[in-house]
Amino acid sequence: MLLTISILLENKPGALLRVTGVLSARGYNIETLTVAKTIDPELSRMTIGVEVEDRLRSQVVKQMNKLVNVLQATDLTDAPAVIREMILLRVRCDQNTRTAVLKEAEIFHARVVDSSTEGFALEATGDPEKLDEFVAIMRSYGEIEVTRSGGVAMSLEGKKIRLQPPVALNEVGQTASPAQRTL
Amino acid sequence: MAAETLQSTSPRTETGKLMSGAEMLLECLVREGVDCFFGYPGGVTIPFYDALYDHHIRHVLVRHEENAAFAAEGYARATGKVGVCCATSGPGATNLVTGLVDAMMDSIPIVAISGQVHSKLIGSDAFQEADTFGITRPATKHNFMVKTLQELPQIVHEAFYIAASGRPGPVLVDIPKDVFQARGHYAPVDTIHLPGYKVFTEGHTGQIRRAAQLIWEAERPFVYAGGGIIAANAAPELKEFVELVDAPAVCTLMALGGLPANHPNFVSMPGMHGSYAANMGMTDCDLLIALGTRFDDRVTGQLSTFARHARVIHVDIDPAEVGKNRTPDIPIVGDVKRVLQKLTRVLQELAPESAKKKSEARRKWRAQLKTWKEERPYDRERAEDEIRPQHLMDEIDRLSNGQAIVASDVGQHQMWAAQLIGFNEPRLWINSGGLGAMGFGVPAAMGAQMARPDKLVFAICGDGGFQMAIPELATIASQGLPVKIIIMNNGYLGMVRQWQTLFYNNRLSAVTLDCFPDAEKLASAYGFEGRTIEKPQELTKALQQAIDYPGPYLLNVKVSPEENVYPMVPAGGSISEMVFGPPQPVTA
Repeated sequence: MLLTISILLENKPGALLRVTGVLSARGYNIETLTVAKTIDPELSRMTIGVEVEDRLRSQVVKQMNKLVNVLQATDLTDAPAVIREMILLRVRCDQNTRTAVLKEAEIFHARVVDSSTEGFALEATGDPEKLDEFVAIMRSYGEIEVTRSGGVAMSLEGKKIRLQPPVALNEVGQTASPAQRTL
Repeated sequence: MAAETLQSTSPRTETGKLMSGAEMLLECLVREGVDCFFGYPGGVTIPFYDALYDHHIRHVLVRHEENAAFAAEGYARATGKVGVCCATSGPGATNLVTGLVDAMMDSIPIVAISGQVHSKLIGSDAFQEADTFGITRPATKHNFMVKTLQELPQIVHEAFYIAASGRPGPVLVDIPKDVFQARGHYAPVDTIHLPGYKVFTEGHTGQIRRAAQLIWEAERPFVYAGGGIIAANAAPELKEFVELVDAPAVCTLMALGGLPANHPNFVSMPGMHGSYAANMGMTDCDLLIALGTRFDDRVTGQLSTFARHARVIHVDIDPAEVGKNRTPDIPIVGDVKRVLQKLTRVLQELAPESAKKKSEARRKWRAQLKTWKEERPYDRERAEDEIRPQHLMDEIDRLSNGQAIVASDVGQHQMWAAQLIGFNEPRLWINSGGLGAMGFGVPAAMGAQMARPDKLVFAICGDGGFQMAIPELATIASQGLPVKIIIMNNGYLGMVRQWQTLFYNNRLSAVTLDCFPDAEKLASAYGFEGRTIEKPQELTKALQQAIDYPGPYLLNVKVSPEENVYPMVPAGGSISEMVFGPPQPVTA
């Protein structure tokens, strides 16, 4: 099924590859991926949409949570969350259809970001399914070109993040055995 | 040498001393308690080796970087300390990869230092450049690329911390040449902060209590101990637990020695080449207590029929392992040592009212295990005219008396050794379990012998794996490591040959290893002794001679070539459906 996974991770080189590596190592194809830094510039928030076998759903999220650079990975697929996507769309239209195109754009709360004799460039945000409809309708007016951002998701529940506190190195360095160290 | 050793106890370098990156790295290694490491220099690591020139840390010059990683693993497996290896950029680093994956699969703490081209040249296809950071990302628990001198000490300590804590594993630190060369003021690191690194050690108290109740209610409890017991140094806790609940226990290939082989509750190794009793016990138990283990396919066989009547308690430090292959009734995420300590305490608390409840059923269960054990013990038979592999392992078992370190390569000999050689302590049995990397045995024995000079160390290899590791005979000779290399020589890639025989109509394709070198000449070419034997009557004496020889020894034992490892669970089959011998010819 198509999972939506939200990941809070350190804003470091290679961190993104570690997360996507969990998926590519299992042969999964990423459908959408968005990432940008959070209010804390040292952290990034990533949203991934990926088709995963049901059986491996929790395994994938657990493996992401294991990554040293990942603070928290959450499966938002069935959780209370909002998912929104942005689309940029260019549609060719002639004098006869310009008004109709603008009317349709208005229905989808799309904004005109460029207008020329050839047609319009439109910007819209919304539910990914809603945007699918928007694309379908615009296509009926003429040739279109589309760039989609992929979904950005936000959980509607506060979830406590468990962070590892700093660890003191002892006098002689980290010579303690693993077992002693974890106690 | 004495003066050099004294340096190690000298006070720590003062804060703010001007040092090169190479010197800082060595300082960090000292602070991590590293006394020796394995490596191979190259262009970009020359500045590091230059700093090493007058440093007291012992460096073992291997003959191939892969073996530096394997030797570091051998060191780590024999001690529990972090093993360290080092290679140059490009080919040096790519040669480490097999060892890194091996350490990943078996959860072995090693830190690999790789050199990288000058940071200005990264990405330019410079000489000996490879994207080591990218290549080793899926081969390590975590990896780092150092970009500035300032972050070097922090990263090195983080690498050791990540390697050794939680579920141990390999960590690689990639260091460009200019970082080794740069000079700056060294500030010792006193804390490390990895906010996203989650280690769960304690175990859920409520779950532990529920587990204890389930254990006392079970009629046929069975302990399934894995490599986590060794990694967590939990052998004493395992013994106390097993004795308290008086359940039969198996130790997986990764856990041999976790419960002494001579312990009355110890059954054997389970799984594809496990004993009849172990696999029947797993199949028929009503409570499976899985401790620090991951329900590997080589242990469980067909999952849908594995321990199908049993409830399962699964203790593991890695949350991703719990429920991965088998959904447990009671999952406990934690360090198996801590969890066993707590579990034992709760069990003792409940014992007065609960321990007797099922004692009659449990007595029957123990008797059943005994019957299975006696019904089909492992094959230790000997022949008059040839040395059976089982005979060889049985003799090594007798001579090592559960005390020697045995580093095994991968294949048939590994299975026979695991079946027939008893280990009475943890960290004596060293093998490549998860990855099954041929060529592991000799370098791992080298690392183990470096770590434990007091121990008798065997490297048990097949003739295939040994030939992958021949270059290291020079390292062994140069370091004067008294490793006893025993080659179980059947002239075949035996395990592949066995599968071709049993499942591919005996069409033996590319498994015959001819032109094996003369062992005596080979050993003498490296300056030590060796010989070849093929008569069963010579075996005991030859092994004793190898042990008594004051240095490395190469004993090439020609064994019956067609012998197969049994019992065997055909891949994907139920572990209760074992094969005990070759298909019998139909007689008229």
